[in-house]
Amino acid sequence: MSVIDVHGLEEEHHPRGISRWLYTTNHKDIGILYMIFGLTMFLVGGLLAMLIRLELFEPGMKLMHPELYNQVITVHGLVMVFAALMPVTAGMANYLIPMMIGAPDMALPRLNNWGFWLLPPAAVLLVLPWFLQLLGIGNGTIDTGWTIYAPLSIQSGLGVDFAIFAIFLLGLSSTMASINVIVTVLNLRAPGMTLEKLPIFVWSWLNTAFLLIAVFPALLAGAVMLLADRHFGTHFFSASGGGDPILWEHMFWFFGHPEVYILLLPTAGILPHILSTFARKPIYGYKAQVYSFAAISMLSVIVWAHHMFTSGLPAYANIYFMFSTMAISVPVGILFFCWFATIWRGAMTFETPMLFAIGYVVLFGIGGLTGLVLSDAAADQQYHNTYFLVAHFHYALFGGPIMGVIAAAYYYLPKLTGRMYNETLGKWHFWLTMIGFNATFIPQFLLGIDGMPRRIPDYALKFAHLNMASSLGAFTLGAAQLLFVYNVVRTISGAGRAATSQVWEGAHGLEFTLPSPPPYHTFSSAPVIE
Amino acid sequence: MASKRLLASIGAVLAIGTLSAPTASARYFFNFPSPVTPIAHEVLFIHDLFLAIITVIFAGAISVLFYSLFTHRKSKNYTPATFTKPTTKKQWAWSFVPVLTLIFIDYVVLGIPALHSILALANTRDDKLVVVVTASQWKWHYAYPAYGIQFTSTLSTPMDEVYGNAPKDRHFLLEVDHPLVLPTNEKVLIVLKSADVIHSFWVPAFGIKQDAVPGYLRKTWVNIQKPGVYRGQCAELCGVGHAFMPIVVDARTPAAFTRWVASERAAAGVAREAAEKVWTKEALMANGKRVFDSNCAACHQPNGLGIPGTFPPIATEHPFSASKEMLSDLMKRGFYRAGRITEGPIASHIEIVMHGIPGTPMPAFESQLSDTDIASVITFERNAFGNHTGQVVQPASIKALRSKKVR
Ligand code: HEM
Ligand SMILES: [Cu+2]
Repeated sequence: MSVIDVHGLEEEHHPRGISRWLYTTNHKDIGILYMIFGLTMFLVGGLLAMLIRLELFEPGMKLMHPELYNQVITVHGLVMVFAALMPVTAGMANYLIPMMIGAPDMALPRLNNWGFWLLPPAAVLLVLPWFLQLLGIGNGTIDTGWTIYAPLSIQSGLGVDFAIFAIFLLGLSSTMASINVIVTVLNLRAPGMTLEKLPIFVWSWLNTAFLLIAVFPALLAGAVMLLADRHFGTHFFSASGGGDPILWEHMFWFFGHPEVYILLLPTAGILPHILSTFARKPIYGYKAQVYSFAAISMLSVIVWAHHMFTSGLPAYANIYFMFSTMAISVPVGILFFCWFATIWRGAMTFETPMLFAIGYVVLFGIGGLTGLVLSDAAADQQYHNTYFLVAHFHYALFGGPIMGVIAAAYYYLPKLTGRMYNETLGKWHFWLTMIGFNATFIPQFLLGIDGMPRRIPDYALKFAHLNMASSLGAFTLGAAQLLFVYNVVRTISGAGRAATSQVWEGAHGLEFTLPSPPPYHTFSSAPVIE
Repeated sequence: MASKRLLASIGAVLAIGTLSAPTASARYFFNFPSPVTPIAHEVLFIHDLFLAIITVIFAGAISVLFYSLFTHRKSKNYTPATFTKPTTKKQWAWSFVPVLTLIFIDYVVLGIPALHSILALANTRDDKLVVVVTASQWKWHYAYPAYGIQFTSTLSTPMDEVYGNAPKDRHFLLEVDHPLVLPTNEKVLIVLKSADVIHSFWVPAFGIKQDAVPGYLRKTWVNIQKPGVYRGQCAELCGVGHAFMPIVVDARTPAAFTRWVASERAAAGVAREAAEKVWTKEALMANGKRVFDSNCAACHQPNGLGIPGTFPPIATEHPFSASKEMLSDLMKRGFYRAGRITEGPIASHIEIVMHGIPGTPMPAFESQLSDTDIASVITFERNAFGNHTGQVVQPASIKALRSKKVR
């Protein structure tokens, strides 16, 4: 494989200062913007999580009133899902995909710019009602939980309207990013980069993109109907006018369940790259993994009502959704098998990205296994809407995607900045995250089994000890993330030794043939893949 | 039925046999509360089985992982292999073993007991007693159509305990004024309705959780095997009072239940008589405070000051601001002038308490409270929190209003 003439491009003219970032159509700039935005929102969501854990530290209302508490959990959920994780993975796609497939840029650069700049207003819309409340307008932001169940969401205040518009913007942004990924991957691959050679990360994003385009319209349509119910006197979801609250649950989860895989797949795609690099061994089961992505995507759109086992669906619907959900364990199991086989008999070293990748395998493993437990429609009567569920989906969403994003961040940071991050700090970050995370969420499994419902600002005395343990864990976890922020900022500002173009001894792929940092424009003429 | 039970036992035997895990009835340190219904027993069995299985899978996978992490390291000069997929027939066969095991676990070991309990739960026939449970923000209303008994059940923990101004009781947040009384050893059908948003009826010891969805009748059932007091909570976010609508079930032997029914009916008779007589203001105020604390204080607050922007105060002359719609609504009804809450006409006060304000969280109490309670709470509101209209509403006038509506 050869890289053609990137010399002399570095000097190429591009705007500087603020207008560089505002008007940029460069995939690397946009990728960086996405990632910085995602990191910022991760800190915002994390801060809200700390407030939740502070309120739940002891029984009794201490910090907030119940109405504020409901708003805090809702915004925490919405921010983490829509404003932190989705943008970060979109940023990874933007930065990496063109370099991985030998393309000069994303196929639709203006769309790309627009897609990013929809995000900041959306984030502002989510929290704006809090500021309006300070001015005496309305009663704060959305307080319905991130599931926005009707008719509670019809009854609720203007925060719901703001959140719906925020979701419109976020959804539009993600849809545009997805279209861009699909067009780029299908049209801009370098000669010789056949689909069978596509890096696994690119495959995972291609699946993500199709999935997102397939399911987001359900949420958008639902949200429009909700808006009409709230303001134009329709009764889609309100029983008093002949509407059906369960319809909202269907529309939300038809989107909501695949959404979990939309968050998961990109990092499930980056994981094999990292494992293979640090095991110094090729990826095991390339085809099996690609087919598993496709199987997961397809299955994910036919299992949604496992979130509705207690809503009173007919027994046969519950049985169908239980068995179809169980089927997902097969492709996910295959992914795990391939990850294990990729490092098996390798020559491993344990730099920070590898540690986080292994952490991913362990924590997401727990998330997956407890998911299997939840798929049981009968036992779910006991688990549903308890802290068992909260713990499960944090193992699945933090343990998987967030761990994966952090692993990828350490893995590519030297490539992006040309500097190595501080390895000691990275290791501290890892171990504190592992300890803090498990200390936060293992008690929550036990709380759920013990009977503590989720989304409650105050609880019975028997839950006191475990809640305190969970809060202490959460503070550790929260503090550990500051190490990460410090390490990233430090690296960006030029501390640390210079990175080589290959960065890691075992790294492969087109992006590692470019200098670190890569020039502003790469592959103006396509490299030829042998 | 027998065949299903057979299937379930086969599943269980297979599960225990294949994994030689501890028998599924083993108790762990943390576990569901002791089950007291057939469904709860099944659910606990499934839970133990699942946990045993995933523990075994997890332990197996982790051992393989750690073996690899410790052996296949560069620092041990391990030369990396280069394989990328199964090549020989034997390797292919071995790669399928985990997949087939997984499918077997999913659909046989776990699937069969799950199937059995879903069908058992769905069998809502052959009941001996029907209880209609109506959820609303933020209380439960229980009705026994066969006996003509009905009452509302609300949190009895004072808000002072919640806000740390009083020591917390042992059953903090899990105690109510009127528990749901049910007979043991009888199949009781629970019919669930909701008056406003989605709520969920959940008592962990019964192993059931069923949403109450507005516009639908939802059914579930219990057959409680042991007398006792069982506590649960609403399990679907239903607004600010979600954490404050516990469920307490007082399960009594059939004989004790029959005695309870008789005494409830007698008490209802007394209440009807009470509604006929003329009450003193003091008696109305005392009863009104009780009614206010358990029905109104969650929103309008125990001190009657409401919550700015959301729940209007009851205390008059108190400044209040909220959305334009809410303010104009309050003004129209005569409860708001020049930025302050005013006392408003008594007729409209009664109207609001009885019929609620559609489209807002203010519920209709007409069917939830007795004549005496409605009269008391209005009297209380008009004479407490610094209000002193001196006006008194008698139960008889509420009764008259009700019968007028029927005609
Ligand atoms: C810093 C680590 C985190 C902590 C300590 C934390 C803690 C919590 C807590 C205590 C709740 C409230 C549970 C309830 O009452 O229902 C919650 C809800 C939630 N969290 Fe997190 N969380 C963290 C990170 C994340 C991440 C990374 C994600 C997703 C990517 C996430 C997604 C959610 C969602 C979707 C909800 C549900 C919100 C709702 O009930 O509507 N969290 N979290
Ligand atoms: Cu409720």
